[in-house]
Amino acid sequence: MLQIRRDLVDAIVAHARKDHPDEACGVIAGPVGSDGTARPERFIPMLNAARSPTFYEFDSLDLLKLYREMDANDEVPVVIYHSHTATEAYPSRTDISYASEPDAHYVLVSTRDPETHEFRSYRIVDGVVTEEDVEIVEAASPVAGPTESYMFANTGSDDKPDT
Amino acid sequence: MAVTVSIPTILRTHTGGEKSVEATGKTVAEIIDDVESRHGGLKARLVKEDKLHRFVNVYVNDEDVRFAGGLDAEVSDGDTVTILPAVAGGMR
Repeated sequence: MLQIRRDLVDAIVAHARKDHPDEACGVIAGPVGSDGTARPERFIPMLNAARSPTFYEFDSLDLLKLYREMDANDEVPVVIYHSHTATEAYPSRTDISYASEPDAHYVLVSTRDPETHEFRSYRIVDGVVTEEDVEIVEAASPVAGPTESYMFANTGSDDKPDT
Repeated sequence: MAVTVSIPTILRTHTGGEKSVEATGKTVAEIIDDVESRHGGLKARLVKEDKLHRFVNVYVNDEDVRFAGGLDAEVSDGDTVTILPAVAGGMR
């Protein structure tokens, strides 16, 4: 299950809307806790070097900088997100073939509908895709527990208009 | 000629969990062969038909070797070779 703060979900969706119709991509980094799990904390939007509606790729030098930064901060890429702008929020064959962080939550956002978005999360390990629940927690009180939990084709209206 | 090779999480199964290993060689290809001689299996994850696999990025210090001769890119004593999986995908 992916547990993620609402403001981070909003930031991912806003990035996807802003770059639409091109695919948007980025990472949410976080420290690894004593129990071995990592919480998503630091939102890092990345440039889609492909600037394409059908493909995304982190710029290779940006990627190097990102990993060095995370290494220095003892962070890991907890969430790796990208958008699909004309298809559903499900990993494509290309997504699966590139997926190489078995501990990451691969988040996909679909912006094909201008009014509502899909926000879904997956584990991709050795080419096998497993969808997982997304639990959104309020930013102000992360210990107060979940306010919303859902799975599959969840949709919601976007707070931020396209720019 | 010793360089430090930084290994990404997904390939650390080949290095016994080590984040970085030492290697010697004058080019990226030689470095990979040297690491392979002690950590078998790594090369197949990086090289395909004598070219770098499109799913990985290899850097010598701050430079992506794709723009510096690929596997023939030169490496000097004290350099750091960083291996990172590309982060990419798409709708198809």
